[in-house]
Amino acid sequence: MLELEIDGKALQVADGSTVIDAAHQAGVYIPHFCYHKKLSIAANCRMCLVQVEKAPKPLPACATPVTNGMKVFTHSDMAVKAQQGVMEFLLINHPLDCPICDQGGECQLQDLAVGYGGSRSRYQEEKRVVVNKNLGPLVSTDMTRCINCTRCVRFTQEIAGQMELGQAFRGDRAEIMPFIEKTVDSELSGNIIDLCPVGALTSKPFRFAARSWELARRQSVSPHDALGSNLIVQVKHDRVYRVLPFENEDINECWLSDKDRFSYEGLNSGERLTKPMLKQGGVWKEVEWNQALDYAAHALRDVANEHGGGAVGALVSPHATLEEMVLAGKLMRGLGSENIDFRLRRSDFSGQRAGVPWLGMRIAELNKLDRALVVGAFLRKDHPLIAQRLRQAAKRGTQVSVIHSADDDLLMPLAGKLIAAPSQLPERLAQVVKAAAELKGAAFDMKVAVSPEAKQIAASLVSGQNAAILLGNFAQQHAKAATLNWLAQQLAEILGCRFGFLGEAANSVGGYAAGAVPGANGLDAARMLAEPRQAYLVLGAEAELDCADGRQALAALKQAASVIVLSPFKSAAALEYADAILPIAPFTETSGTFVNAEGRVQSFQAVNRPLGETRPGWKVLRVLANVLKLDGFDHESSEDVREECLGGTGGALLDSLDNAISGVAVELAASAAGLERVAEVPIHFADPLVRRAESLQRTKDAAAPTARMNAATLAALRVAAGSPVKVSRGDAPSILVAALDAGLADNCVRIAAGHASTLNLGALTGALKVEPA
Amino acid sequence: MALIEAINPLLTAGWAKGDAGWGIKEYEARGGYQALKRILAEKMTQDQVIAEVKTSVLRGRGGAGFPTGLKWSFMPKGAPVKYVVCNTDEGEPGTFKDRDILRYDPHAVIEGMIIAGYAVGAALGYNYIHGEIFELYERFEQALAEARAAGYLGKNILGAGLDFDLFAHQGWGAYICGEESALLESIEGKKGQPRFKPPFPAQVGLFGKPTTINNTETFAAIPFVFRIGGSAYLDLGKPNNGGTKLFSVSGHVNKPGNYEVPMGTPFAKLLEMAGGMRGGRKLKAVIPGGSSAPVLSADIIMDCTLDYDSIAKAGSMLGSGAVIVMDETVCMVQALERLSWFYYEESCGQCTPCREGTGWLHKIIHRIEHGQGRPEDLDLLLELGGNIAGRTICALGDAAVLPVQGMLRHFRAEFEYHIEHKKCLVPREVQKAGSTFHTRMMAGAAC
Repeated sequence: MLELEIDGKALQVADGSTVIDAAHQAGVYIPHFCYHKKLSIAANCRMCLVQVEKAPKPLPACATPVTNGMKVFTHSDMAVKAQQGVMEFLLINHPLDCPICDQGGECQLQDLAVGYGGSRSRYQEEKRVVVNKNLGPLVSTDMTRCINCTRCVRFTQEIAGQMELGQAFRGDRAEIMPFIEKTVDSELSGNIIDLCPVGALTSKPFRFAARSWELARRQSVSPHDALGSNLIVQVKHDRVYRVLPFENEDINECWLSDKDRFSYEGLNSGERLTKPMLKQGGVWKEVEWNQALDYAAHALRDVANEHGGGAVGALVSPHATLEEMVLAGKLMRGLGSENIDFRLRRSDFSGQRAGVPWLGMRIAELNKLDRALVVGAFLRKDHPLIAQRLRQAAKRGTQVSVIHSADDDLLMPLAGKLIAAPSQLPERLAQVVKAAAELKGAAFDMKVAVSPEAKQIAASLVSGQNAAILLGNFAQQHAKAATLNWLAQQLAEILGCRFGFLGEAANSVGGYAAGAVPGANGLDAARMLAEPRQAYLVLGAEAELDCADGRQALAALKQAASVIVLSPFKSAAALEYADAILPIAPFTETSGTFVNAEGRVQSFQAVNRPLGETRPGWKVLRVLANVLKLDGFDHESSEDVREECLGGTGGALLDSLDNAISGVAVELAASAAGLERVAEVPIHFADPLVRRAESLQRTKDAAAPTARMNAATLAALRVAAGSPVKVSRGDAPSILVAALDAGLADNCVRIAAGHASTLNLGALTGALKVEPA
Repeated sequence: MALIEAINPLLTAGWAKGDAGWGIKEYEARGGYQALKRILAEKMTQDQVIAEVKTSVLRGRGGAGFPTGLKWSFMPKGAPVKYVVCNTDEGEPGTFKDRDILRYDPHAVIEGMIIAGYAVGAALGYNYIHGEIFELYERFEQALAEARAAGYLGKNILGAGLDFDLFAHQGWGAYICGEESALLESIEGKKGQPRFKPPFPAQVGLFGKPTTINNTETFAAIPFVFRIGGSAYLDLGKPNNGGTKLFSVSGHVNKPGNYEVPMGTPFAKLLEMAGGMRGGRKLKAVIPGGSSAPVLSADIIMDCTLDYDSIAKAGSMLGSGAVIVMDETVCMVQALERLSWFYYEESCGQCTPCREGTGWLHKIIHRIEHGQGRPEDLDLLLELGGNIAGRTICALGDAAVLPVQGMLRHFRAEFEYHIEHKKCLVPREVQKAGSTFHTRMMAGAAC
């Protein structure tokens, strides 16, 4: 500990603290621009100059280490004069166009200019003008306002992992810019908007839409990935205008992925439903709620009465709230059906689970791992902020290894890597288990030949004190997901470490707790579609895009006698297969709960009133059950529903978390014949809301799917990258453009899912036929 | 070319042959690589080598005058990877001594760097040579090849078990890359911008490893320190200012060029060596240590001796030893406008005060020069200067302000005249008469 005095206040700080850290601890505010607690120290803005006893010159608080007995003066004449001098310099070339600047009202420069700037300028010369840059569809630039603090530059380098911005030129000609003709394409790019202390980088979708002080700030939770990022949703006149991070060091820190930040545009999509709709005589009509609910109740009841409860199935989006899932489950059971599932993109449901599968540790513990093995994950795109945490850990020396079917750049150093066709992933993981067992002298009697790469990964894992094995979405959607799970469990046992699931969606953990999984003799998501039902209740999902086999899902729904869709959105597909579409509230218009990957129960309130006649999903299900005259549906609030499911655990961790699996028929598959599909679900195709977020759909991450193959595979097919290919499974081929992806194994074709153009290709896994078109 | 009349020439001893004297044979013939051989033959320890340099009180020739031996002693002992870097990014207006060292005596630099590498325990060195002297970069590469062929560089040098290799790195002409940490950034392939210190290069230097970085002239002087001995070297100069130093004399003298004189030589002697004032005109002012040193008026500089302490006492600095001589035909406002333009142009843009302030200074001085000065401008210049100097990561901010302060200290009346009368105190015809450029243009010379 070091002792120092700041403005006469004595305090103790930890060794290695800087003066600005100490001031923060003492509750003393030191003005600053370039300093940011999550970024490296640049010390370039000079706004934080303070007086330090015995120092002849003012020193930058952000970069000056505390020494024992130091006396710091933040408001002395020397300090204030230095700060005022810097402020004057910052403003001479700043356009002072606050009245037309989106940052106005939430601008660090504006705020500090009030405290440290003069009321008029002594600078009467010409001001510098800087040409704006195109950073892509999300970030708008007014570079003349830039004060060159380089926070954005450091963010792209240090947090996002790839230097996409830099400072070019010298002196007052210095400009922040991307590489020539490039945009900022990181999945975390929106954070530079928050980091920019002036109006140089602002939100493009929000541009000129509202002033910051007109917006109400309401707290919420992201409905996308399983991290459960905490949000500030900014609202005016019952419309969401902007989403910002709500700082939570245990979850999203002070960051948001672009999906979390910009998906709100989907809330204002033209496809939002405003009234219930019924198809009568082949024609869609908007109706009143009582009519719609009567119809839905009768439709479900008729099928259940006529064909038995098992003829009804419920497909629940993993992005639905816990409360919606709870009530959907109860409703199905009330109808005598155990057919309910939220694990729509899974195909392997085998094995017995001991509890609710989860991350296996707290999110914040990821940073403390010294070894990590990530199996089957498009890590950066599926889990942008978990990737970021592992990146920071890797920089500090954590050894991260990867087993996957694609070799996308994770923008972090890797200790080992095994890339193989999807069918071979279990065999590769088994190699690592075998190698680890040999190193540890443990028993593992599966017959596999250990490759040097597997040995390298195992050696890395064995050498650590605090390792973890993380199974990604691709591993969970894998045809042999249970085998991968079992192998990870074996490896964790051998290493004496933890293993867990990165979590596909906002409620991938909550769905288990809510009972949105089939009970005894119930059908899982895959079987419900493979063995078509007479009636379906579809909650929040767009089955054709959100299921493991969209083509099969579409066929099953089309043949059903009745399909009741509860969704905020009208889609062309639903208009075809549904007979009732009930508008339910998206996450901003209902209260509810998401249980994130670490099992944290996060409840939230509605941030604005539902659009039109839209109603919260839990209320619709509750009333639907009432109309069906089912017992146990007298909840007065979403909290009642949550209490019924979880007891008093709101805000805490779920208590039934357990990743153990047993009864798995472990079998390492031989290579599949033909070309194997490697299917990712691109970040901006993953759920109905983000698919409607216009700006995100213009990013590079939302580019139309292509058929990606490595050079050898392309050559074997006699196809050139850039030329069209006919891709098919059975009949009805899709025409896609072939592209080179050097990171794929031989005989793999990587084609994204979640997009209408690849719907015909069916399942996420298995063999495809590719031929020149 | 004015290479002659040096007193006890050390650094310039080999310059007499001009371009014919730089090769390794010539260097060896005049005693080159003897210092290295002696150190290795006598098995001097690293500490002994550093002690000898300390005894010599050789002070850094790049401008700051930091004692070289002390700098070397800051290098951590145990670190497995260390570097020695030579700063030949000679960009200060008025300075051209390192250029001539590389032109006439590159092997002195190489030998000095090998000795430094041995002293600090570095096995690898770089010489960062600025972009405008590409032909000398190529010559240095040739000299490296010669040294390597002769067994002075590489593994097991002279069979003494010493490993040291040296590479040239070409800069691209940014003044800021002469700042040692910006130079390191530039070698690493990044934009040349100074790093915040501490940590200093001796702790975290090139590629994050401990690094000793010295000026070209400093390294070139090292062999002589060992050839004549540290205390003899010190005795050449005056106490606390060891050895001889090169002065780049430019401006209104008859024989501009590099002159080697012992530290402590009277300025008047140097002026005499440079052939005296051109056209017999009166000395008006001298910038004694490169463009960033505050100008001194004629009466002050004529009383100075050429060493770090005397010049500092007079209110300026010896800097890199670039002596810019100005006669009575010079308009000081115009001179300062040109100087301030340089610093505006070369500010790296990292720190706010320098990035924004250097341009503001230049704009004000430009206004004054062009008859649009305001009475409050001079105080504004000083106040802005106070807000720049000492407020930035590196010394470029100070360097931009010192000329302004110096000019206003000694020639304020000329600036006031400019503001009041919208024209120069020095009549236009007098200025034209003193301008080489103007004279040559009048004579019809191609320019």
